[in-house]
Amino acid sequence: MSAKPLPRITAETRPYWEACAAGELRYQWCPACRQPQFYPRVACARCGGRALDWRRSAGRGVVHAVTVVHRAPSAAFKADVPYAIALVDLDEGFRMLANVVGTAPETVRIGDRVRLVFEPRGEVALPQFTPAARA
Amino acid sequence: MRRARLTGVAATAFGALPGSSALGLHAEAAHAALADAGLGPRDVDGLLCAYSLVEPHMMLSSVVAEYLGVRPAYTTALQLGGATGCAAVMHAAMLIEAGRCRHVLVVMGDNRLTGMSRDDTVALLSAVGHAQFEVPYGPTIPALYALVANRYMHEHGATPEHLAHIAVTMRRHAGLHPGAHMRAPVSVADVLASRLIAAPLHLLDCCLVSDGACAVVVSAADAARDTRPPGVALIGSGQGHTHEHLSQAPSLTDFGCHDAAGRALGEAGVRPADVDVAEIYDSFTITLLVELESMGFFERGAAGPAAAAGALALGGSLPTNTHGGLLSFGHSGAAGGLAHVVEGVRQLRGEGGPRQVPEARLAFVHGDGGILSAHCSLVLART
Ligand SMILES: [Zn+2]
Repeated sequence: MSAKPLPRITAETRPYWEACAAGELRYQWCPACRQPQFYPRVACARCGGRALDWRRSAGRGVVHAVTVVHRAPSAAFKADVPYAIALVDLDEGFRMLANVVGTAPETVRIGDRVRLVFEPRGEVALPQFTPAARA
Repeated sequence: MRRARLTGVAATAFGALPGSSALGLHAEAAHAALADAGLGPRDVDGLLCAYSLVEPHMMLSSVVAEYLGVRPAYTTALQLGGATGCAAVMHAAMLIEAGRCRHVLVVMGDNRLTGMSRDDTVALLSAVGHAQFEVPYGPTIPALYALVANRYMHEHGATPEHLAHIAVTMRRHAGLHPGAHMRAPVSVADVLASRLIAAPLHLLDCCLVSDGACAVVVSAADAARDTRPPGVALIGSGQGHTHEHLSQAPSLTDFGCHDAAGRALGEAGVRPADVDVAEIYDSFTITLLVELESMGFFERGAAGPAAAAGALALGGSLPTNTHGGLLSFGHSGAAGGLAHVVEGVRQLRGEGGPRQVPEARLAFVHGDGGILSAHCSLVLART
């Protein structure tokens, strides 16, 4: 069985993946725009500024949209179906696509609070989300 | 401004065409469109192509020119996914209005049904996702569109039945087209009973994978007098682009089609209500639903109930995808989007036969590529 795809890390994304390996989710911050940027780029996609900072996310967010995949894209994912894919809006104001793990996939709903977990995959730690404990 | 005319159109049969090749399909569609226009390969001074998954070429339009034996004054290949067909017609019109060309051949085709395995097609197309920030999570194209469907249904209360009615309507239209890939009628119950691909999208909410090719000849208005059928005028065109990867989309219910349609309709000086027949990209049932509202053909939340009431069917208020669309006529990559243009022209010429919209004078055609990423709209008028 083929392996699941791993990110091919580039210069502008290396700080992100290195932080993941250290158990942190980081995102770019443009001081000029005072806005977060995700995914990492060499320059701000709003103002073109190159002086971008890295900030640490608390890894908490809310589900903006979710689907449950029944037909896998490749052999590597076939054993995982059905699995949930969500767009997650982080509290710091950026959006990520990830799986929602650690729960029955069909129970995930828009508006659910989720928290960051890491999935070890090959040489990288892949950010994922799991339902946050309900208060 | 010298307006461009669409003087020749052709579509091969769509479906399983065993033994076909991508280049051979290009040539079949090209020769048929040129014959339809009353032209020959020597009349072509512009050539626009797209891409082939089965026969990837770095310079596809040069390869097609060589295969056809044409020596264009201008050629290039465009890559905007499902928007490529409409975008190439827009590009051809700009070449003509700039005085660079008199007859531009737009031709696209692929044999991705018989030329490669379904698993390979799914895997290749899944690469539309971001290699670092999407693909590792296992999204298919249906899954990304399913995220749009999930959000749209949450915001507007649409139901799986609303989506299913779109699939049923497209299949009914395809049943009236002899070249369509899937012609056997389906019911709402059939759609809902088909297997889940990515919730809430079932198999019959998803477009087909087909072999097939389409071609369109775009001519200068004065040159169009030499061609055979009454030309159809391109009176408006426009594009809109907000993202490539869905996780970067500013909205999951409003897309670049809003700007594309606004620009095209504005240039034509018409409103959505003026449109007699619509040929709009329908890679999934949700694609058509969300685009119809984003482009202003229906109020927010109204397109689903309207589809269920028959608004998109022949005889409805906005007959849409009269050939059956990507859902039932078929989808062979960029040619699938160009098929919407071919059908729009045929409707305006009154050549629709049993699927003809009576007195069709104004057609709206729209293509989208990626995950509702790249958009191009065309407004066509009977001359
Ligand atoms: Zn900035």
